[in-house]
Amino acid sequence: MSETTVPPGSRAFEPLPQSFDVRITEPVSLTGLTLLVGTKKGLFYLTAGSGRAHFALSGPAFLGHIVHHAVVDPRDRRTLVVALRTGHLGPTVFRSTDFGASWHEASKPPAFGKPKDARRSLAVEQVFWLTPGHVDEPGVWYAGTSPEGLFRSEDGGDVWQPVSGWNDHPKWIEWTGDMGQRNPDGSPIHSILIDPRDARHMYFGTGSAGVFETTDQGASWKLLNTGMLSPAGPDPHPEYGYDPHCMQLHPQAPDLLYQQNHCGIYRMHRPEARWVRVGDNMPREIGDIGFPIALHPRDPQTAWVFPMDGTDAWPRTCPGGRPAVYRTRDGGESWTRLDAGFPQRAWYTVLRQSMAVDAQPTAGVYFGTTNGEVWGSVDEGERWSCLAAHLPHVYSVEVADFAR
Amino acid sequence: MKVAIPSVLQSYTRGAHSVDAYGATLADLLADLDARFPGIRFRMVSEADALRPHVRIFVNREAVTDLRCALSPTDDVVIVQALSGG
Repeated sequence: MSETTVPPGSRAFEPLPQSFDVRITEPVSLTGLTLLVGTKKGLFYLTAGSGRAHFALSGPAFLGHIVHHAVVDPRDRRTLVVALRTGHLGPTVFRSTDFGASWHEASKPPAFGKPKDARRSLAVEQVFWLTPGHVDEPGVWYAGTSPEGLFRSEDGGDVWQPVSGWNDHPKWIEWTGDMGQRNPDGSPIHSILIDPRDARHMYFGTGSAGVFETTDQGASWKLLNTGMLSPAGPDPHPEYGYDPHCMQLHPQAPDLLYQQNHCGIYRMHRPEARWVRVGDNMPREIGDIGFPIALHPRDPQTAWVFPMDGTDAWPRTCPGGRPAVYRTRDGGESWTRLDAGFPQRAWYTVLRQSMAVDAQPTAGVYFGTTNGEVWGSVDEGERWSCLAAHLPHVYSVEVADFAR
Repeated sequence: MKVAIPSVLQSYTRGAHSVDAYGATLADLLADLDARFPGIRFRMVSEADALRPHVRIFVNREAVTDLRCALSPTDDVVIVQALSGG
């Protein structure tokens, strides 16, 4: 038996911590607390056992399909809507009204209308984001697409109509920019947020213009960019040209908005209408670049981010290769590093839809990675365990708490 | 006429790899296919009436991209999916 020499500077292989049981099961009708994991090759499920002591992996549904987002309807806790496409076919939406046991394609998926302006013959490339509507509007859903289209369904995701106030806005081309210079994965509408006090009051983000707000349910839109830093161009504070990666509104304090931006972490008290860069309170060697931000279900001052390396060539992997979640308990004024359980080195990315929080008395926090892992903490980030590994590239993680 | 359906679209044709459909043009044929198998056209053709980038249609072994292409009842139509990348 020969001895193995470890070269200087190298590290021994670190196995993934597996304190959770991982059970592979056949796809079944879903129940209880379940993570919906959208990946480049299909939809997987991680269903929590008693006390969240283990998570059972099942799926995939839609094997071979690129699943950008899978969301449960919190109003009935049984309807699922999934945005997907394959590499060769067009984008579409599937729905299940029986806890994932059977799926039906939307009879009219999101698609742009025939253009009034010959310059813009648009086609949806991907349905990227799904948001269930206001609690007073059962059956209403919104979808954000790439290129930047906004769509609405009033029948639980079966028939989708363009929101003309946005898609046909006279400034659409100006705001969405040059079609030839889009992001590698498309330039979507994301973070569609609905004010729980008023179904007509909504926000969304784009990677080309910034944050938009409507108070008439999408008939008219105005920019909400004051205070942000623009990532490109000679003017750091133009009217538009910002890149909010992920924006959240706290359901119990809907005048409080947070966003993880291309250029930092921001918070807004809505009456002030000014973004404040609370990411300046992050450790300087970590920075405040990233994709997701997730909020506590009950405490508006608590949020989690997963910082990415925004130096040099902007690798947007874990800074220094050391994965860590950062949590604030005071609205971003201070941040705590949470890395217990993570490997000492990892080089993945966590995308904007890939972090989610459950509503349990002690909140569970979950994220998926571009190398196919799903991590979870059932104590608000103090200790982390790998819930699943060896999955495809993870695009989204959402929590579903099914009504049975 | 006979239309060959690629595996990725056979979920719409209930598993059939060849189906009958009719039309005086390719556009008509695709509309007829969609009437028989709802949703199949939008996966192949965008709302801008363009074939999607990784879909190819051959009529009598000739690649066709113009949906106005005239068809006759004896034509042989083959729909192919051509995926690249991982």
